[in-house]
Amino acid sequence: MEIVINGEKLEIPIDVATVSELLQHYGLNQKVVIVELNNEILEKGNHQETLLSNGDRVEMVHFVGGG
Amino acid sequence: MLRIGPFEFSSRLLLGTGKYPNFDVQKKAVDVSEAEILTFAVRRMNIFEASQPNFLENLDLKKYTLLPNTAGAKTAKEAVRIAKLAKASGLCDMIKVELIGCQKTLLPDPIETIKASEELVKEGFIVLPYTSDDVVLAKHLEDLGCHAIMPGASPIGSGQGIMNPLNLRFIIEQTTVPVIIDAGIGTPSDAAIAMELGADGVLLNTAVSGAKDPIKMAEAMKLAIKAGRLGFEAGRIARKEYGQASSPVEGMSIG
Repeated sequence: MEIVINGEKLEIPIDVATVSELLQHYGLNQKVVIVELNNEILEKGNHQETLLSNGDRVEMVHFVGGG
Repeated sequence: MLRIGPFEFSSRLLLGTGKYPNFDVQKKAVDVSEAEILTFAVRRMNIFEASQPNFLENLDLKKYTLLPNTAGAKTAKEAVRIAKLAKASGLCDMIKVELIGCQKTLLPDPIETIKASEELVKEGFIVLPYTSDDVVLAKHLEDLGCHAIMPGASPIGSGQGIMNPLNLRFIIEQTTVPVIIDAGIGTPSDAAIAMELGADGVLLNTAVSGAKDPIKMAEAMKLAIKAGRLGFEAGRIARKEYGQASSPVEGMSIG
């Protein structure tokens, strides 16, 4: 399946079906990461049940140093 | 005590987390500053570098209150989105509304700041807008429910210190929610002057992170803010045009 993450088109393995599995796939499941799927911000508790589809646009953001 | 919305803090120093030489120096500077509120920015993650360390992950989040900013947003809509992204982390309810209207001076856009602040107050955020030092704008922001007002001392990162103490004093006098002087502080004396004017707190970043010794400067800022606050509470003497002797005039054993 092909999805767009942070503006970049990426091929995702077939066994990655949910947002939670996507985070695991990139080793980000222990990180503070906020996910937006097709312009909808997801609550952390919903990562496990949110399914991905071909063509989805995903934004993954985090906190960085700033003033 | 500094009270912002439902929160109480014993420190009046709010510290930014940008541009430190390294995490070790940053951690020590944060510790020494005794700041309880730390600002952060929200940015896209590099998903291919999961092992990359992140300062936030090394923080004891029970000890600190996070104040994410909306830096990077140019419109109220963008700022509201960044605020919601930050809140979805489940780590914070406060938001620093930062809407830059001029890329050269980094001064805020008052109209977009008003729009974003209004919406975020309605959405239940604890809203701290970074604003220019305009007393009428500050009043509008307070009236629409902002939990603190954060006027700049001078342009962000400029280190020029307090350019218009009169305007800051007007805002401090006429605002009932906390006033936090944000941006432009360069030296401990700048921070002390802000507090002597009656500010409830000071938010600074570059003054510490960009100092030759950030850890030492963090301590200097902590002490300056305490000293300035004590001075404000103690109440300064009136300015007089001519000298007034401190020693008694009577009883001198001369002539």
